[in-house]
Amino acid sequence: MEYEVVIGLETHVQLKTHTKMFCGCGTAFGATPNSHVCPVCLGYPGALPTLNGRAIRLTVMAGLMLGCEIAKRSRFDRKNYFYPDSAKNYQITQNDAPLCLGGHVDLPGGRTVRLNHIHLEEDVGKLTHRPGCSGVDFNRAGIPLMEIVSEPDLRSADEAIAYLTALREMMIYAGVSDCNLEEGNMRSDVNVSLRPKGQEAYGVKVEIKNMNTFSGIHAALEYEIARQTQALDRGQPIVQETRRWDPDLGETFTMRTKENAEDYRYFPEPDLPPVVLTQEQINAWAKDLPEAPAARRERMMKDYGIPEYDAGVLSADRALADFFEAAAKRSGNGKLTSNWVMAEVLALTAKEGTHVKDSALTPEALGDLLKLLDAKTINGPTAKALLPELFAQGGDPAAIVKERGLGQVADAGAIEPLVDAALADNPKVVADYKAGKQAALGFLVGQVMKRSKGKASPQLVQSLLRDKLS
Amino acid sequence: MDDIKTLTLAGALEGLRAKKFSSVELTQALLDVMQPSQADIHAFVTIDAEGALAQAAEADRRRAAGEDAPLLGAPIAMKDNMSVIGQPCTASSRILEGYIAPYDATVTAKLRAAGAIFLGRTNMDEFALGSTTQTSGFGPTENPVARGCIPGGSSGGSAAAVVGGLALAALGTDTGGSIRQPASHCGIVGVKPTYGRVSRYGIVACASSLDQVGPMTKTVEDAALLMDVISGHDPMDATSLDVPVPRLADAWTGADPAKPLVGMTLGLPKEYFGDGLDPEVRALTEAAAKRAEALGATLREVSLPYSPYGIPTYYICMTAEVSANLARFDGVRYGARVPCDDVLGQYLKTRAQGMGAEVKRRVLLGTFVLSSGYYDAYYNRAQKVRTLIKRDFDAAFATCDLLLAPVTPEPAWPLGVYQDDPIRNYLSDVLTVGANLAGCCAMAIPAGATAAGKPVGIQLLGPNFGEPTLFRAAHALELR
Amino acid sequence: MAGFDIDRVAMLARLELTDEERTRFGRQLETIVAYVDRIAGLDLDGLDATLHGHDAGAPFREDTPVPGLPLEAVLNNAPARIEDEIRMPRVVE
Repeated sequence: MEYEVVIGLETHVQLKTHTKMFCGCGTAFGATPNSHVCPVCLGYPGALPTLNGRAIRLTVMAGLMLGCEIAKRSRFDRKNYFYPDSAKNYQITQNDAPLCLGGHVDLPGGRTVRLNHIHLEEDVGKLTHRPGCSGVDFNRAGIPLMEIVSEPDLRSADEAIAYLTALREMMIYAGVSDCNLEEGNMRSDVNVSLRPKGQEAYGVKVEIKNMNTFSGIHAALEYEIARQTQALDRGQPIVQETRRWDPDLGETFTMRTKENAEDYRYFPEPDLPPVVLTQEQINAWAKDLPEAPAARRERMMKDYGIPEYDAGVLSADRALADFFEAAAKRSGNGKLTSNWVMAEVLALTAKEGTHVKDSALTPEALGDLLKLLDAKTINGPTAKALLPELFAQGGDPAAIVKERGLGQVADAGAIEPLVDAALADNPKVVADYKAGKQAALGFLVGQVMKRSKGKASPQLVQSLLRDKLS
Repeated sequence: MDDIKTLTLAGALEGLRAKKFSSVELTQALLDVMQPSQADIHAFVTIDAEGALAQAAEADRRRAAGEDAPLLGAPIAMKDNMSVIGQPCTASSRILEGYIAPYDATVTAKLRAAGAIFLGRTNMDEFALGSTTQTSGFGPTENPVARGCIPGGSSGGSAAAVVGGLALAALGTDTGGSIRQPASHCGIVGVKPTYGRVSRYGIVACASSLDQVGPMTKTVEDAALLMDVISGHDPMDATSLDVPVPRLADAWTGADPAKPLVGMTLGLPKEYFGDGLDPEVRALTEAAAKRAEALGATLREVSLPYSPYGIPTYYICMTAEVSANLARFDGVRYGARVPCDDVLGQYLKTRAQGMGAEVKRRVLLGTFVLSSGYYDAYYNRAQKVRTLIKRDFDAAFATCDLLLAPVTPEPAWPLGVYQDDPIRNYLSDVLTVGANLAGCCAMAIPAGATAAGKPVGIQLLGPNFGEPTLFRAAHALELR
Repeated sequence: MAGFDIDRVAMLARLELTDEERTRFGRQLETIVAYVDRIAGLDLDGLDATLHGHDAGAPFREDTPVPGLPLEAVLNNAPARIEDEIRMPRVVE
């Protein structure tokens, strides 16, 4: 039988905050175990949680980026279960009244994935398994996590990855999260089920827990789809359960079935009053929101007359897009600026292994340089020769051109004697050209340029040569 | 020095300021009474004689240097659920044996900044779950006035310390009457402030939405002195409210000494004077109401129609929160651990051995009311009944400034009885849980004694942040 | 009260009960549950639940790190340690 794959994702994204969700401990990765802890995140007697305002703001920004409705009144709940990595044996999360409702992620190609909601919660500590015992490190306990819960709208492993890629791009773009996959900044629980093609009712779903690499998610989904297809084809029922992906074996394994599901006894967190937001507050935060990458791509194509490919590359990196836009506004020539950023600037950043925002090249300097080029004050080779210097040391292009006399000579009267001299010195080349050897013209242009110390306008030289040789 | 047993906090501060005695002398005098009393009264779980004397010496040095502070050199007792840096903090539970608090509770820090001296930690019902101080993991406390009887609870150690002359004043916590009821049984003053008035940070949580810290003192004036130090917004407690804090020590200044309660309406909630009320308690409460009238107050009967649902509602809300708040006591990060080869076994045994019967009963009940299939019938319904109970109080305070009522249905009962009859114990909270469910302020003040000499208090209840009126009336009505 | 499954509840609460406790608490809790059940008859339609001690919203904290506890203080309070971590029996996932 043919089946349709139904996938929904619950993605935990670590928020970019300096402190934990409910206490003032730092969030640095890789610190000595139990060195970023306090009575609150250790669940000491008497300690109470307080709300990290930035975590609330970042989650609201993520919600606005994803088209969610922002709840004016949301609430925290306790999720009760005993586990050694839990400092209080309950996790503070949002079960009933999350901060962001609805929303959607648009995939390249036009499909839209609906979101159910986004809620805030705290991370747990880390367990290290050793021979004969386990060790607990609570540095991670209390780190703010935003859980983005999708509707079961995804239809393939590829689509799931496209969704996660788009989500990751937007979260990095909005400055909400670093989404560093190696540090576990973005972890997903994957729900997957199959249903016969054309059937409306969902099949029995299986949840695969806590995966942090996209390749792992893809492989686990492919495995699980194949496993379920095979089971259904054989007439075996799918058991609703939670499974674990073993990347080494390339298989999923049962963790617990529905019958053994925990009873989490959620109830409202009495230590934290509700989160109350006004429309004014939400509007103020919305002002800090960057344009979504897709919208920015469209706008840059229109505003600067640049091709889709260029707009795509530039808009994917918020800092690069900001650099480009500032430089293009300064130069007054979007297409020229895009060509230069895409070719010359990116070549330099690749060579130096840096980002343009960390170089000495300001968008204003690039804009000024391209303005000089566009006005034919300098020629292309001069501009190209100046760029690495601006990249490494900075500086004002107009001042440098003036100081070093690099302005190009576009005065036919000044160039004509140089053309004549070049023709006189190279009778054989002239003869070749006249015999139909077009390449000979290039050699002659070079000779004139050399005589002008590189400052002549190459176009002018070429047209003077053609005139004289015709 | 005056008789240490009757010395008030205000009187001691006066003596210290007038240099009639030093803080070291005062502290030593209290220790001299306290230490031998441990054998029978057992008001303290931990006594820090050395630390207290060192703090007293420091206070004397500061005073000699010309400094003063609101409580400079005054020895105070802390309930064993309040964090004091470097001291044990067990909430009278065996499961917290070995734990040393690495931080000060906000009230501790405020008292410290005001110059108070920490004498020791008072006994209590384990995790504040009880109304007799008999559920303490370290043995009961005896009522120093009504000998052979319970001191009340859960802040029974604090009440016994104050009335026994073992501390000038103490702090307690009140979740369903745990300050007012022992204050009444011991014949002292006990305040349950408005929810959000005093920080809960650093107080071992019993039920987070009901708990408040408050003073237990010999006089209303002493209670005001402590309230003025411990009240106010705390950024570390998200439930503490950032609202103005009027000085309570001024609450009664300017009142007509003959008719201090003129213009004040006191409501008598008829449900609080029902059939279950002990006749002597009723008579003393009615006498207090008559005195109020004589002092200028207008009396009127009011109704709190949902009060019969107070105990069921309270025992659902409270135990639900308790079940989660006490989950952290698992022998992992601190406290006592019963080692085991597997994690589950370690949890089961550590908690089974570390917690007493009443704690287990309440944790089980709280777990049940939140569990799948029962949440709606119990927890969810109780939260809604809580709304009705709150509305009762709102309606009453719309027509009265304060309510006047008995604190407990009967005076202190003998130690050891009703120990395995939970409902009998729970019902003794019937007149006090309302204030906690509604969040309003309340206060127990001495109102006399039974023929057998058992102290009886009355309580005054006020609207949210109605402490100034509450203290004004209490100051006029307390029997000293 | 039908439905009070003391074994299930005790396991959720991670409390090991002796046989005697099982019987005694089971009986007492049934009585208590029957008692608190008197709220069952109330008409509560349309009522909001009171979920907190007051109606105010939660204040927000600045996202500025503050010093926590020294590692030694944390490990000294722990009943058992292994290097800089808190030691537990081996956790089987």
